[in-house]
Amino acid sequence: MTPDPYFFLVIFCGVALVFPLMPLALAWLWRRFFQPPKPGPAKNATYECGVESLGEAHVQFQSHYYLYCVIFLIFDVEAIFLVPFAVAFTDLPIGAFIAILVFLLLLIEGLVWAWSKGCLDWARAR
Amino acid sequence: MSGQVDEGLRSELQKQGIWVTSTQELYNWGRRNSIWPLQFGLACCAIEMIATAASRYDLARFGGEVFRPSPRQADLMIVAGTVTKKMAPQIVRLYNQMPDPKYVISMGACAISGGPFKQGYNVLKGIDRYIPVDVYIPGCPPRPEALLHAFMELQRKIDGQKLTGESKAPFLDANQPSEFPVPAFGAHDLEPPLNSDVFHPPTIKR
Repeated sequence: MTPDPYFFLVIFCGVALVFPLMPLALAWLWRRFFQPPKPGPAKNATYECGVESLGEAHVQFQSHYYLYCVIFLIFDVEAIFLVPFAVAFTDLPIGAFIAILVFLLLLIEGLVWAWSKGCLDWARAR
Repeated sequence: MSGQVDEGLRSELQKQGIWVTSTQELYNWGRRNSIWPLQFGLACCAIEMIATAASRYDLARFGGEVFRPSPRQADLMIVAGTVTKKMAPQIVRLYNQMPDPKYVISMGACAISGGPFKQGYNVLKGIDRYIPVDVYIPGCPPRPEALLHAFMELQRKIDGQKLTGESKAPFLDANQPSEFPVPAFGAHDLEPPLNSDVFHPPTIKR
């Protein structure tokens, strides 16, 4: 007679339960009969690098620094545009020169705006 | 131990293919062959320790290759090098954070007594002033073979530790401390300069 096909799942579940529980039970028994637990302030400390931790672990980070990163990205891209412009500078017509100047001025205006908004300060006063 | 099997009977049984053991032997066999050292070095002795762990000397032959970066997973602290007074509290704290059973190898002249820097203003004159040391290795620095020898001595010590009875291992005794006071930085020296519960220097009689 063939066993029910789901019977193997039952065995599987049983093994899956016993396999992690057995070491835990053995450890508990070992503690109970042989080795008394010895917790202490250093053992229960959060950090384990040997240095005592200062202050609370719940520190707030200011997230407005992302504006700084966005501005950096924009000017990084600007540099990529400026390199071919500088290489081909002598062959450029006057129209292209004015176009890149407008592009630069737009970005510089943005920088001035960000500066006046205080986006370039590392940590803003609250 | 009273429940121990007679040696002659045991070897007879072993010839017949029956291996007799006790919980204590099994426990110590497992422990001594998988000593996990704490991964940190203090000075030039650490270079020798690294060489011991690397392929030429191969600490893995003795089951000690798993250097743990966390004291919570370590069994053995190899104090490899000069312990400055700035560093001593951290060493003691790391030792405190290791779970029992834990062992200490004091490697090299500096870790034993301060070594060539004994007269220095900022050198601790031996880590055994604050934590109990199991094996001392003299040398400046000791060769990797010496560290291997110390490792084997430690294995021998672990093998001899009893699980029950009057002479059972100290870490199994609920009254024995597992953490030791961490020294603080004083005006001129560490406060206290030594832990008298731990530090028992031999008295020289002339």
